[in-house]
Amino acid sequence: MSFFKFTKSASLAALLALSAFPAFADEQHFPLQSYRVGPYASGGTGFFGGFIDYLNLLNDRDGGVNGVKLTWSEGETQYEVERGLEVYERLKSAPGIAAWNPLSVGIAYAMLDRVAEDRTPLITLNHGRTDTTDGRVFPYVFPLLLNPYSESSGIVNYIAERSGGHDKLKDLKIAVLYHGSPYGRETIPIYELLAEKYGFELSQIEVAHPGNEQQAQWQTIRRQRPDFVVLRGWGVMNPVALTTAQRTGFPADKIIGNVWSNSEEDVLPAGEAAKGYTAIVSVSAGTEAPVIQEVTEKVYGAGKGDLADKTRIGSVYHNLGVVNGILNTEALRIAQERFGKRALTGDEVRWGFEHLQLSPERVKELGAEGLFHSINVTWDNHEGEGLVAFQQWDGTKWSRISDWIAPDWALLRPIIEASSEAYAAEQGLKLRTAEDVDKVATD
Amino acid sequence: MMDGYEVLFFFEVLVGGLLAGLMYSLVAIGFVLIYKTSGVLNFAQGAMLLFAALTFVSLVNYGAPFLLAFAATFAIMIGLGFAIERTVLRPLVNRPPITLFMATLGLAYVIEGAAQLLWGTQVRRLDLGISDKPMEIAGLLISSFDLVAAAVAFGLVAALGAFFTRTRIGLAFRAVADDQFAALAVGLRLPRIWATVWAAAGFVALVAGLLWGARLGVQFSLSIIVLKALPVLLLGGFDSILGAVVGGLIIGASEKLAEVYLGPYVGGGIESWFAYVVALLFLLARPSGLFGQKIVERV
Repeated sequence: MSFFKFTKSASLAALLALSAFPAFADEQHFPLQSYRVGPYASGGTGFFGGFIDYLNLLNDRDGGVNGVKLTWSEGETQYEVERGLEVYERLKSAPGIAAWNPLSVGIAYAMLDRVAEDRTPLITLNHGRTDTTDGRVFPYVFPLLLNPYSESSGIVNYIAERSGGHDKLKDLKIAVLYHGSPYGRETIPIYELLAEKYGFELSQIEVAHPGNEQQAQWQTIRRQRPDFVVLRGWGVMNPVALTTAQRTGFPADKIIGNVWSNSEEDVLPAGEAAKGYTAIVSVSAGTEAPVIQEVTEKVYGAGKGDLADKTRIGSVYHNLGVVNGILNTEALRIAQERFGKRALTGDEVRWGFEHLQLSPERVKELGAEGLFHSINVTWDNHEGEGLVAFQQWDGTKWSRISDWIAPDWALLRPIIEASSEAYAAEQGLKLRTAEDVDKVATD
Repeated sequence: MMDGYEVLFFFEVLVGGLLAGLMYSLVAIGFVLIYKTSGVLNFAQGAMLLFAALTFVSLVNYGAPFLLAFAATFAIMIGLGFAIERTVLRPLVNRPPITLFMATLGLAYVIEGAAQLLWGTQVRRLDLGISDKPMEIAGLLISSFDLVAAAVAFGLVAALGAFFTRTRIGLAFRAVADDQFAALAVGLRLPRIWATVWAAAGFVALVAGLLWGARLGVQFSLSIIVLKALPVLLLGGFDSILGAVVGGLIIGASEKLAEVYLGPYVGGGIESWFAYVVALLFLLARPSGLFGQKIVERV
């Protein structure tokens, strides 16, 4: 081979290698550790479908964010941690990565060190490790809108509201039925703390993964005769909980689902047994919000919709994906104001997330009024004080039955800090201060 | 000392466990059928259950009446049984059992993937028209759905028992199970028998899939129901239909009682592994299970 031919081939190969990922100059990339097959596929297709739909909407309507086109690539994880990490390693070399959004507690836990080293934000909307709320210790992790402790506090506040005030809680018995996994066990200490504070009688009952048999647990619940059961489930555990509750004579309207027990997939298989069941939301279901209507008209109208089944538009997981898209791209927009309207580095996007403050007015401008309330992320509060509401299943659809409710953040913050500081001490990490926020890596 | 309510509660947990155990037996019987005739532990039984339930509910959703959907799904399961025999089992004849086991493991993934590819990944509701509300019998709350499932399990065992003892093909199954080479020597057609038994296992998967699907919703998790059947098989024996039923009853009752009475002392959520503890304890006493065939090898 002549030198000329070799150089030409090498250049071509380099060009092809580069074109496998989007160009850096004017494209911002979202690598997606999605799950479209396997046990949790219905959640994965809804969430990642909504996220992609929103990115498509911005690309088609606005040409991206301030002219920076949004791109994405997917790797199938089947919700398995090993596969999630393999996808991370495979996709992390793509240029212009904005943030990671695995929608999996297990995968997120396994990525904590990696994202800190690679200086790229990790978004765990409505889930994740609670103490990552503390930005002093976890600069790159953002459990946006609702961490598990806030969720628990929001649920107890709602039960208090239904029972006639917080002073009535001391007369109540509350059982928490949780998934036998790190996700399920995450809130054990916070319910203990809330029981101590408000004086209600508490029992916490574990359901072995995956939760397809719960007779013993519900018989125990029947024996304890609680006033309310908090369902902290996931996947198949949720409909089985509702049908088993019916079988053991526990009323559905006394069961309050957590944020991963609030989807259509959780209630539809349970049929009549789910009627009257109530669950917490940080993002409402339904197609009324202007942004959802715009997605329907412009994205699905143009044949670019990601959901195979259009009837799922406006479902809980789809709307969650759309809101995730809004939060990610608004963080980009905020960061662009500071660093320039170009593709940003992961650390620059981290800065954007640490200034992600969307008032109810801004949420309305974005067409998401009613979908979620607001968010107020700061450098040391990576959750952003999301408000919660409660929805009830009437057999065919969810309807919101409460106003937006605030969790008891003041009560929760010291516990979060104690946990994150213990982690920092164990890992030998120095606590960040406000001055560290603006130290941004540009490569 | 237990008061009246506690005694009643104990029996309620016990009866609930026995009925849940029969649901496990339904899955275990599918394993037994194949193991009995070919010595293969069919790890794909759970995937077959998922495939059957997904196919049935999809046909119903497309507007097919119940009986037509049932018949069509059964026909598809027969086709699947014959296809598995032709493409997987026949080429692996005379291979070691571990090779056949690994083949069924691979088959499980293929069937799961194909089921989701064909019918989608959405969770579906399956309404068989059987109420799952509790009835009070002698002071105990018992689900009518569980009673129907128990009746189906016993009906299936009776039908399979009659099939094995009173039909020519059933006797041929038993001959193959006893000694494949002797069965071949007397002119039995092994491939046809294997295909038929896989089709029969497909029928059992369909029945179990409908009952479990009505309870859990038709979704991917149906395929991991096999994990509930394995301790039943260990305890009852891999080649005994009666063993699958008795094993199911023992596993169901013991895991529920353990969850209620031991669970609170060890943090709860113990029933999934406690079932294996019970099965292992039985295995130590009877290595071939309660009703499994004792194999005597001359060395």
